Amino acid sequence: MTAALIPPLGEPRPQPAPEAVETTLPNGLRVVVVPRPGVPLVELRLRVPFAAASARNAGVHAARGAVLSGAVLLGTQQHDQAQVAQLLQSHGAELSVSTDADRLVFGTTLLPGGLAPVLELLAELLTGASYPAGRVDGERDRLAERIAIARTQPGTIARSALAARRYGAHPYAIQLPDADLVAAVRAPALRRLHRERVLPAGSILVLVGDLDPAAATGTAAAALEVWSGSGTAVQAPPVTEQPAQGIELVHRPGAVQSNLRLGGPAPARTDPDLPATRLAAMVYGGYFSSRLVENIRERRGYSYSPRSAIDHQRAASSFLVEADVATEVTGPALLETLYELGRMALTPVTEAELDAARRYVLGSMALSTSTHAGLASTLSALLGVGLPADWLSTHQRDLTEVTVEQVQAAAARYLAPEGLTAVVVGDADRVAAELGTLAPVTVTGGGGQE
Amino acid sequence: MTAAGTELTLRHPIERFTLDNGLRVVLAPDRSVPVVAVSVYYDVGMRNEPEGRTGFAHLFEHMMFQGSANVAKMEHARLVQAAGGTFNGSTHQDYTNYFQALPAEALERALFLEADRMAAPAITEENLRNQIDVVKEEIRVNVLNRPYGAFPWLQLPQVAFDSFANTHDGYGSFVDLESSTVADATDFFDKYYAPGNAVLCIGGDLDVGATEELVRRWFGPIPGRHVPPLPYTGEPSPTTVRSAVVEDPLATAPALALGWRVPDPVGDFDTYLGSVLLAELLSEGDASRLESRLVHGDRIAIAQSSYVGLFGDPFDVRDATLLTTQVHHPAAVPAERVMAAVHEEVGRIATDGVGTDELRRVQARIEAQLLQQADSVLGRTLAFAAAELVHGRAELAGELAARLAAVTPEAVQAAARGLDPGTAAVLELRPAGGAR
Repeated sequence: MTAALIPPLGEPRPQPAPEAVETTLPNGLRVVVVPRPGVPLVELRLRVPFAAASARNAGVHAARGAVLSGAVLLGTQQHDQAQVAQLLQSHGAELSVSTDADRLVFGTTLLPGGLAPVLELLAELLTGASYPAGRVDGERDRLAERIAIARTQPGTIARSALAARRYGAHPYAIQLPDADLVAAVRAPALRRLHRERVLPAGSILVLVGDLDPAAATGTAAAALEVWSGSGTAVQAPPVTEQPAQGIELVHRPGAVQSNLRLGGPAPARTDPDLPATRLAAMVYGGYFSSRLVENIRERRGYSYSPRSAIDHQRAASSFLVEADVATEVTGPALLETLYELGRMALTPVTEAELDAARRYVLGSMALSTSTHAGLASTLSALLGVGLPADWLSTHQRDLTEVTVEQVQAAAARYLAPEGLTAVVVGDADRVAAELGTLAPVTVTGGGGQE
Repeated sequence: MTAAGTELTLRHPIERFTLDNGLRVVLAPDRSVPVVAVSVYYDVGMRNEPEGRTGFAHLFEHMMFQGSANVAKMEHARLVQAAGGTFNGSTHQDYTNYFQALPAEALERALFLEADRMAAPAITEENLRNQIDVVKEEIRVNVLNRPYGAFPWLQLPQVAFDSFANTHDGYGSFVDLESSTVADATDFFDKYYAPGNAVLCIGGDLDVGATEELVRRWFGPIPGRHVPPLPYTGEPSPTTVRSAVVEDPLATAPALALGWRVPDPVGDFDTYLGSVLLAELLSEGDASRLESRLVHGDRIAIAQSSYVGLFGDPFDVRDATLLTTQVHHPAAVPAERVMAAVHEEVGRIATDGVGTDELRRVQARIEAQLLQQADSVLGRTLAFAAAELVHGRAELAGELAARLAAVTPEAVQAAARGLDPGTAAVLELRPAGGAR
């Protein structure tokens, strides 16, 4: 290649640093407002802590939370479901409500003129969602059908199996609620759950976009001061993870691909090991210019989109590897995947690999926070796990200081194959024997449908 | 024109020029964040593939990432990503695009990379065999190894249309993919990847004068070539119901798709906007007609959506195009019942029209969605590029919110009258994945 021809990079231009204006309302709700140039829109995220109170009730909690996230929009004393939706729509908004093992999130975009009415409607839902029994039943039955469909998707089967294998009895083992537990949900249970857990204490409202911080804070305070409720936020219990030995092979008869999944612990967002581990995960398989992509995609054609990532939950962070590969190359593809992990753990990356990964991480962070929606979601996630709004800039500075030695140390600790739990979803009749040459195989499942 | 529509148009002035080799260049400066997006749109898509070469436009898209005269394999990705940028490409019905979003200081590097592969991509036997394997894995992930993988985008066009251009599998048969040769790829490049068959659109943090100079420096030396005439992909409007049933061996719940021909998205744009708003009114959110009726009222659907354009973007397609309504429903509900309810709801609009209030709400929502797309430098750059290529006017992308806000209730009613139950294409997906 004619290196001389490649244009050098110019001088970086400074990133605009958004100023977050933060207020805590008397009811405990934190309100964070970030004015930003860009399109005339406001992005809203309300994050409510929503972890299961104990491992024992985690299954029921997950089922009720999933139904609640749809049913909270079914109406109030003042507005029925259609009126709620119409009011939002008239301001360009559409509330999406989602739950996971840590939180409940209400999110929408809206036209700036709709800030007060949309916040007032949100307050009405928070304080007066009525969970009408007949409509709750319909929402619940529809959710059960959607879960059943999701459980036929190989990616969902693989994700569920890996979480169950890694987390055992911890609530994080539940990726999708159990269909029978969903079928048992009734309106009174949702009203109780809402009363006990949809609380301002520990909740955070993030508003980003075309707004004036003082005025927007005032609007939010006026609308949401009525939200009350005693009780404290519940967070997920600590996680202790032991890597499971051997490969769990989830049998999916006739599958034309095998879904390889590896997962293990990773440093939390506050852990000083995080920057080096994040860069190790990038060099390994975190982006197109990585070793895993070069090996099993661009050299061998085994997989379309092999990848690795660090994933953060409130009580556990994970290093994850995913590759969907043709059934006939399942063994060789896992061999190469493990080989590249071992190479990361045992030998140093090059300075060029480290610099490229670092620049990519910094650049893609800047890109992902360069829209109202991207910044709002990022801030909501960071603040929600107790980090300050300026964590991003601290993390960026930490990334610039990571050395090759630190990356190797992090890889030895977090990327070594011995420390990872392995799950493969595929046709056991065709892949069990060759996987058995790499590690002991335990076959589970019988088609992936429950 | 609404306030937001005005602002969007004003904030993103468009500059354009054409190089001697025919390359059309569009610049859309906005210096609010230090990010720049570079996109190249070639006027060749799945509809242009010759018989026996299904999936070739997409396979060739992969070949464009395999290196070029001055860029080794894997280097394209490294040069973009090590500059802090992201990249991708995608193949559509009527075009194939390539794009990067990068820190502003990497602009010239992206221009170099796009110019180098526009001049001479590395089409070798080894790269072709490798990428045929990769594409087969992509098809397995997205179609063959999952339920509903081909539903309805690969299956419905076969029912709705007649010509090879409109009916064939744009992902490609494995037989066609495997028999592809280097000569096929070279011919395809020569025919369709001429500079005169492309639009280069750059948006974001850029200086117009300096950028024009860079564009001329890198793209100017590429020799011009013959540009193929735009193929006609329209079809006569259907006059009957066409239906088909497919079995999905991996699905456990049925699904239904209905497709109706809509007016020419380019030649009859104003009438077409009525269909675009109708799709939103039918299916966007809990306030919409079909969500309200099928999901919450009759409870005969698990999920529904309606959209115009095969991949859901109504503004990047040419004729012939469908408005598609797709519904996932419980096995206990017969497809006929779902279909009857859809036809009834469309019929109500055709007969009674829509109120101004309801239409205003839908217009507010669509405006917010368009603004949200435009907030991302890459999102708006791609919208400008598609509008330039398909409609001949990048400015159209900035005017859409205002144009949609001007659509009348009568236009939406007329669009609903076009969704005649007697001319629908009907695709029923039946689960063959066993009982749960």
